[in-house]
Amino acid sequence: MATPAPVVKSRSLNCPNCGGVVELRGFEHSRSAVCVQCCTIIDPSTPELKIIQRFSEKLRVRPLIPLGTRGNWHGAPHEAIGFQVRCINVEGTEYCWHEYLLFNPYKGFRYLSQYDGHWNDITTIRGLPTFTQVSGRKAVEFGGRTFRHFQHAEAQTKFVMGEFPWAVRVGEKNVVDDYVAPPYSLSAEMAGGEINWSQGTYVTGAEIWQAFKIKGTPPTARGVYSSQPSPFTGKPGQAWRMALLLLCGWAALLFFFVISAGNDLAFSANHHFSPAQGEQSFVTPVFELDGGNKNVEVELRTDLDNSWAYFNLALINESTGQGFDFGREVSYYHGVDSDGSWSEGSRSDSATIPRVAGGRYYLRIEPEMEATASTFGQTPRGFNYTVNVKRDVPSTWLFWLILPFLIIPPIITSIRAASFEGRRWAESDYAPSGGGDDE
Amino acid sequence: MSVQANCPACGAPVTFMWSSAVQTACPYCKAILVRHDVNIENVGEVADLPRDASPIQILTEGIFDNRRFMVIGRLVYQWEQGGWNEWHIAFDDGRSAWLSDAQAEYAVSFHVAPQAPLPSIEQARRGLAIQWGGLNYIITHRTEAAYVGFEGELPFRTTSRSRMVFADLRTPDARFGTIDYSETPPLLYMGRQVDFDELKLRNLRMFEGW
Repeated sequence: MATPAPVVKSRSLNCPNCGGVVELRGFEHSRSAVCVQCCTIIDPSTPELKIIQRFSEKLRVRPLIPLGTRGNWHGAPHEAIGFQVRCINVEGTEYCWHEYLLFNPYKGFRYLSQYDGHWNDITTIRGLPTFTQVSGRKAVEFGGRTFRHFQHAEAQTKFVMGEFPWAVRVGEKNVVDDYVAPPYSLSAEMAGGEINWSQGTYVTGAEIWQAFKIKGTPPTARGVYSSQPSPFTGKPGQAWRMALLLLCGWAALLFFFVISAGNDLAFSANHHFSPAQGEQSFVTPVFELDGGNKNVEVELRTDLDNSWAYFNLALINESTGQGFDFGREVSYYHGVDSDGSWSEGSRSDSATIPRVAGGRYYLRIEPEMEATASTFGQTPRGFNYTVNVKRDVPSTWLFWLILPFLIIPPIITSIRAASFEGRRWAESDYAPSGGGDDE
Repeated sequence: MSVQANCPACGAPVTFMWSSAVQTACPYCKAILVRHDVNIENVGEVADLPRDASPIQILTEGIFDNRRFMVIGRLVYQWEQGGWNEWHIAFDDGRSAWLSDAQAEYAVSFHVAPQAPLPSIEQARRGLAIQWGGLNYIITHRTEAAYVGFEGELPFRTTSRSRMVFADLRTPDARFGTIDYSETPPLLYMGRQVDFDELKLRNLRMFEGW
């Protein structure tokens, strides 16, 4: 039976232009092989070694992965056999990336691309992406993922080295549409009226350097790459969940303090203040504040109307004579203007004195009122008020004090995550400025 | 399963490994042999196969959908951007299929009867949808190709066709099909793209240095 030789021999050829030796690494797959000595692209599949193209030696670029390097990649040895530089032109600026063709005689071809230190592992895909839309923008669905359109560009081949399973030409242009779902990306390349899809996976230079045992260190990645996974993926959600959890715990703790607070009414009295009577300082009857060092709330409820009052207050210990002096202003104004009805202030106010020792106390109260209330020849109108003294009232000020500390971290994380996405999309067709930035 | 015969050209024993084979080549004198029931006709001589780098060869064995198969024949096609192989594979149950290898991208497909009339050769354009088994298949590639060689056992006679049109069909989930316009009405092959490792191939070719 006319079976082929069980061992496929590698071969080399002599460049029909300069006579130099061109070693072939892709066996019979190669449809182009570049003579490095004279920059001639040869078709090794033709018996006469047809010259596809000669290009200027000035275009030479040195690949970071030397051709012929083998590495264990995706569970099988792969050899770098081809290298090309491709560029797109965005508003007069050229952006170039490098593509390495990897080959395994059983598993076929895959690619590594490198741009500004960012690497992608690329294969052709099985199956066909379907077009869709995400927030009014082009997108494709593939393999259960939604890829958002990133860029439409014309890629031009600027330099080639090694071998390719198709006829390469320097200067050749292809329209490329890139879609991203970090760390994955999909590219649709138009060639001869047909779309060829490939999928990329973001990889680090370090992984490649290790797999291919390349000397030195990979170039440092600069900026944010279109398919680079965000270091903040899931972090804002995590931070918010953590904040919510802490908040709930904190609220539960406070709720416990609130319901366990005594909140006893130690004293209550109604009074009337009339400005005509002048100085009206008086003291209340003595009342008992029980227990140890607990807080005391002094509450003032008035019926003030478009007016204010000021209370000089002192909580005085009957036996020691020591007191807590404090003042409280109560003002309440309201009316109707062109914007409708309005009001300002409140008819009541309170003051909480922390850590008041138990014992017998009385209040000294000295109200004052708005002077104008008695200057328009009218009978000065006084006001009624109630003084309530409460022992051991629940306090929530600590809750509000801690609250910002709980929500600042998730806010910062969210801002940083959004900023990373902003930098990613700044390079896309959808940048707010309408073009790539100049980072 | 196998059928024994003698080459009408040189008298050498010829074995048909697959009972339904229609055409094979004499391994000794390279005569193309076509089987008519019991008679075997010599219809020409096989051309040398072009050198290629497929890891698959005649007698390579593998597994597809839990069924064992053996490679018994091959058609080699050439188109403007290169060549590809259609390996004829026979399963243990006597069914046969095609394992295509285009630059080490693999697909397995079976000859099936269309469920609805297929588009004509003129209608077969990229983007056209075809219904099969309740699914939409889209024509993604239209390729013009020619045979450049064959070997082993085939389910039909390879008559010289210099220009054949194929329309490749895809679905979002890697199902794969081909409409072959070399006959009227066109032939339909349906299957899916496969991973090299998935086929668990044995008795493969070796590559120097690998």
